[in-house]
Amino acid sequence: MRKIVTSVIAGIGLALACGTSVRAQDKELTIFWAEWDPANYLQELVNDYTAETGVKVTVQTTPWPDFQTKAFTEFNAHGDAYDMVVGDSQWLGAGSTQGHYVDLTDFFNQHKLGDVMAPATIKYYAEYPGGSGKYWAIPLEGDAIGWSYRKDWFEDPKEKEAFKAKYGYDLAVPTTYAQLRDIAEFFHRPDQKRYGVAIYTDNSYDAMAMGVESSIFSHGGDLGDYATYKVDGIINSKEAVAGLEMYKELYKFTPPGWGKTFFVEDNQAITGGLAAMSMNFFAFFPPLVNKATNPYADVTGFFANPAGPDGKRFAALGGQGISVVSYSKNKDESMKFLEWFIKDETQKKWAELGGYTCSQAVLKSEAFQNATPYNKAFYDTMFMVKDFWATPEYAEVLDQLNQNIYPFVVGGKGTAQEALDKTATDWKATFTKYNRYK
Amino acid sequence: MASVALTNLDPASRAAARGWSDLTIRNLFIIPTLVFLIVFNIFPLIYSLGYSFTNFAANRSEPWQFVGLQNYRELLSDDHIWSNFVITAKYVIVSVAGQMIVGFGLALLLNRSFPMKGLITTLLLLPMMMSAAVVGLFWQLLYSPSWGPINYVFGLGDFAWLSNPDSALYAVAITDIWMWSPFVMLLSLAGLSAVPQHLYEAAAIDRASWWYTFTRITLPLVSPILLIALIFRTMEAFKTFDIAYTMTTQPTAELIAIRLYKQAFQQWDTGKSCALAYIVLIMVLAITNLYVKYLNKVKER
Repeated sequence: MRKIVTSVIAGIGLALACGTSVRAQDKELTIFWAEWDPANYLQELVNDYTAETGVKVTVQTTPWPDFQTKAFTEFNAHGDAYDMVVGDSQWLGAGSTQGHYVDLTDFFNQHKLGDVMAPATIKYYAEYPGGSGKYWAIPLEGDAIGWSYRKDWFEDPKEKEAFKAKYGYDLAVPTTYAQLRDIAEFFHRPDQKRYGVAIYTDNSYDAMAMGVESSIFSHGGDLGDYATYKVDGIINSKEAVAGLEMYKELYKFTPPGWGKTFFVEDNQAITGGLAAMSMNFFAFFPPLVNKATNPYADVTGFFANPAGPDGKRFAALGGQGISVVSYSKNKDESMKFLEWFIKDETQKKWAELGGYTCSQAVLKSEAFQNATPYNKAFYDTMFMVKDFWATPEYAEVLDQLNQNIYPFVVGGKGTAQEALDKTATDWKATFTKYNRYK
Repeated sequence: MASVALTNLDPASRAAARGWSDLTIRNLFIIPTLVFLIVFNIFPLIYSLGYSFTNFAANRSEPWQFVGLQNYRELLSDDHIWSNFVITAKYVIVSVAGQMIVGFGLALLLNRSFPMKGLITTLLLLPMMMSAAVVGLFWQLLYSPSWGPINYVFGLGDFAWLSNPDSALYAVAITDIWMWSPFVMLLSLAGLSAVPQHLYEAAAIDRASWWYTFTRITLPLVSPILLIALIFRTMEAFKTFDIAYTMTTQPTAELIAIRLYKQAFQQWDTGKSCALAYIVLIMVLAITNLYVKYLNKVKER
């Protein structure tokens, strides 16, 4: 008798357990992103969605250096661990041509997202191949390279006077790379443990490439013709060489040991009172205006990437779009989530939480531009961005660039021309291997 | 012959009471191990050998083609790969030599009785019990040119150990020496304590010098075990990934394992990376074989 009762209870328990887990699975979505503040903001935002619809949405994260590897390991295995992924703009090529992403073209046209989101974000976060009118992601987090600086150092009358005496013009926020270089040199005082500038030098993923390409773009150079894959004469043009030389020049004025630096180190250069100016993606600026994380929060200012000698002004694009993973078992539920995400009020809330919305309406609003000391610079930057290669073989292309420019910038080996000539040769070989020149 | 032995199961044992034979027990223990080995080691090994002759890329849905020895040819004529091998060779020599000297030296110091010997030995063993990634991250902090204790203690100012292309590799090797010398120390200690005491007594009676005793008694008797330590450490150093990967991104410190990782998991060039893995495997096997041959010679003496 006792045995029967036990088994009946166990049976009921099992049935209940199975029942609830199946129910819960129906109503759960997982979004994969890198581990950083915006991912926390996104989790906060999607909690609203859960409250509205009862669908539990989890934002799963992994540290930046692992992000690409982990996402693509899952894609290549056709795994369904993630329903949606907030992928880097460079992933679009591989994501779309290899069938990892769901085609969102109909969704895009149906909701006229082309008019809703900022043009650059559509071009780089959503469309692949460029100009094809096929869309694979919804712009989620806009981002680009910007600069923070020490306002108190810049505004110190004594410094201003000394600067004017030395360089013949007033010390102010730099509008050209040449000024940026002068200011970096001026504030570079190793004996006082003060340094000119903090830039990206980490070559394990795209950090250094983003810093270098910002300079190349502003100097009037380009990485190549993204439509025809022509690289020779473009990546090693005299403008591109000048851009790389400028980056190397700036490296001279960095704090000691500046050989493997990304967003953490560049923010520390400001919070630790080390550098006068620091390059970083806008998404990493929130801790700089927070007194708890930056003792110099009151005296930290921000500016957009400066122009090159010919007045051309660009910045490297960061940021990500959200894509539906084609191996997910919850594709319909994911589409419903995206419909909620693109609503104006959701985008507004997203911006309020600290996310960088790509919605034109929100970006243009006074409320957004005045919400933080850096939002204005962000707004300016989002209309002058350019991005890296987004072809499926971008990882190989990126690695080749890193291998050639790192020894020049950090190691001081060879010349900028040699580094970029070698890059052109390597890239051409890679594109030939993948039959890009038909 | 074997079947005779198999019937000799102790009749009083629980296994016998359940009606199991020796054969059943053998199968129960050995078969899972074999299956595990075949599924997780041997099968991937053979499979990846197959991949190394193709242009297979795990992130592409296009069908792959058989390319013969092309991957091997390309790799062996790639200057970058050769420079990775040279870097790895430098690293192996510096870090293994350092570990042998420091580890054996520590063992000599510890091979006598003094108060709290057990505690001190245990404390000295701590580095090798840590995770390599943690060690890498901590040493990155120790080397920091702005406030790292190493520069402070040695008065090196703001010398950038890890950003200087010439010193990065050696900085990583020093960390590896710190982490793995205890391993050599442990093996050497075992060897040293096995040297018969009467040999030393005899040497003392003959008034042999310290150096004579060391080169004629200690070293020859400990050398087989030292060689084993050398084999293990060389193999491991050749494959080093975690410490170097967490500490620096200098191309001058890019060990072959890091290049392999980038090729396999960042660029997804699966076929070529399988070929590279095989080249590394063959090199490690060749080096180990040389050592083992020498070890056998030493043992014969």
